[in-house]
Amino acid sequence: MKTSADIVIIGGGISGCSIAYNLAKKGVKNIIVLEKSYICSGSTGRCGAGVRMQWGTDMNCKIAKKSIEFYEHANEILEYDRDVDFKQSGYLLIADTDKEIEQFKKNIKIQHKYGIPSRMLNLDEAREIVPYLNTSILKGAAYCEKDGFLNPFHTTDAFYKAAKKLGVEFNTFTEVTNIIVKSDKVVGVVTNNGNIATNCVVNATNGWSKEISEMVGIDIPVYSERHQILATEPVEPMQGPMVMSFGLNLYVQQSPEGSFIMGRGDSNEPRDLRMTSSWEFIEEMAKTIDLILPPISKLRVVRQWAGLYNMTPDKQPIYEKSKDVEGFYMAVGFSGHGFMFGPITGIVMSEMILDEEPTIDVSMLNLNRFKTGNLLLEPSVV
Amino acid sequence: MDENTIICRCSDVTLKEVRNLISEGYITFEEIKRITRIGMGPCQGKTCGQLVMREIALATGKNIKDVKFQTNRPPVVGVKLGLIAEEGRKDED
Ligand SMILES: Cc1cc2nc3c(=O)[nH]c(=O)nc-3n(C[C@H](O)[C@H](O)[C@H](O)COP(=O)(O)OP(=O)(O)OC[C@H]3O[C@@H](n4cnc5c(N)ncnc54)[C@H](O)[C@@H]3O)c2cc1C
Repeated sequence: MKTSADIVIIGGGISGCSIAYNLAKKGVKNIIVLEKSYICSGSTGRCGAGVRMQWGTDMNCKIAKKSIEFYEHANEILEYDRDVDFKQSGYLLIADTDKEIEQFKKNIKIQHKYGIPSRMLNLDEAREIVPYLNTSILKGAAYCEKDGFLNPFHTTDAFYKAAKKLGVEFNTFTEVTNIIVKSDKVVGVVTNNGNIATNCVVNATNGWSKEISEMVGIDIPVYSERHQILATEPVEPMQGPMVMSFGLNLYVQQSPEGSFIMGRGDSNEPRDLRMTSSWEFIEEMAKTIDLILPPISKLRVVRQWAGLYNMTPDKQPIYEKSKDVEGFYMAVGFSGHGFMFGPITGIVMSEMILDEEPTIDVSMLNLNRFKTGNLLLEPSVV
Repeated sequence: MDENTIICRCSDVTLKEVRNLISEGYITFEEIKRITRIGMGPCQGKTCGQLVMREIALATGKNIKDVKFQTNRPPVVGVKLGLIAEEGRKDED
């Protein structure tokens, strides 16, 4: 491991790898990524890997649209020797209340401002897309055929390999235990494998972001919440789009390998860093699936697992250049949608660090918004 | 063993693919799993697990006892979602 670096990025998930790649592509030479376990061991390697443009705030629509445009060409741009497996098979958002229908209509207006091809569907139209959907309990749906999902492991691997080719040093199984600050300036990081002198540190640790920011004395209003997910045995292709409901609390998609992947949130979850599985989750999930997509309940569950959502009060990320500690940056608090934002996270953070004109103005996603109360509340999250 | 032998029957992964990944530097079971889906199928690595760990041990010079297997995920055997739902609803009554 080198003992000094121009930039140290903490976290080897989609965010850290994408930030490293974008900085290296812009010519920064001496970049080190530190990962306490292996690449993709955090939430990125545990996520549902869905990407959608159907959001309810201008900012999320803009970031998601640009990210999807990137993912459409990710294999070529990153010169990847495998395939990130981007499938644009759509997202069908179902609503079971009139209030939700109204929200969808409002969201679609915002989405259309940015050219996102989403539309409202009635129940017959929804059944044309997913024939076995139990529409008896539903009021309507929204649909965007350009939403979809990728293989999260290959996508992260693609950024990782591209960054490595450009000279980024990745140190896995290397845990940052402290960050050294002198006169309000970052001067180095301490790891279990030795120290690195640096004037620039990027916190891209998602679930652990609060702990890392505390190392430089900054308290950020985020918390981590366990989210669970399961996979069934693989079967013949039978469902095109991701089916998602905010009200009924589920998302379910069929992966290219044939297994159904499904998850849901639970607001009663303890706010700690546990990543264990529970019976309550699998039971509630099974009941919901049985009600909404009955044929899927004939499938066997083969695996369930958990990961962390790093939540902010308005459920939008924090992209921050610290005003209190010079040389400390944060790309955290993705509130469960950091995988799909990965490409843009890399672009906007590299621009912020290099003082360049931003591709998307994300200055509203600064830390100060929580102090001023200038929140940008995102209504559409599970 | 012929390098084209499939060592993970759930996800159709050959010995050659595993060896290539190890030589590229993916030297833990979890890393190899994430790229190839080895161990993610219905058998959860019961068949391929030992074979992959042996390859890692051979390549890294470690004792196979020191090579870490993947995290075991519940459920231990495949259970139908409908059955879980049915049992779950009983608890509600
Ligand atoms: C069940 C579930 C489903 C999800 N579904 C989706 C979805 O469909 N679409 C979507 O866009 N998002 C989804 N998400 C959210 C998404 O997974 C995250 O927002 C995203 O992966 C965050 O990426 P990251 O690189 O910032 O963090 P991570 O991938 O979590 O990486 C952070 C890394 O930092 C490392 N680290 C932590 N502390 C230290 C330290 N002290 N030293 C060194 N390294 C350290 C960790 O080991 C970890 O690898 C889901 C999340 C979960 C849990």
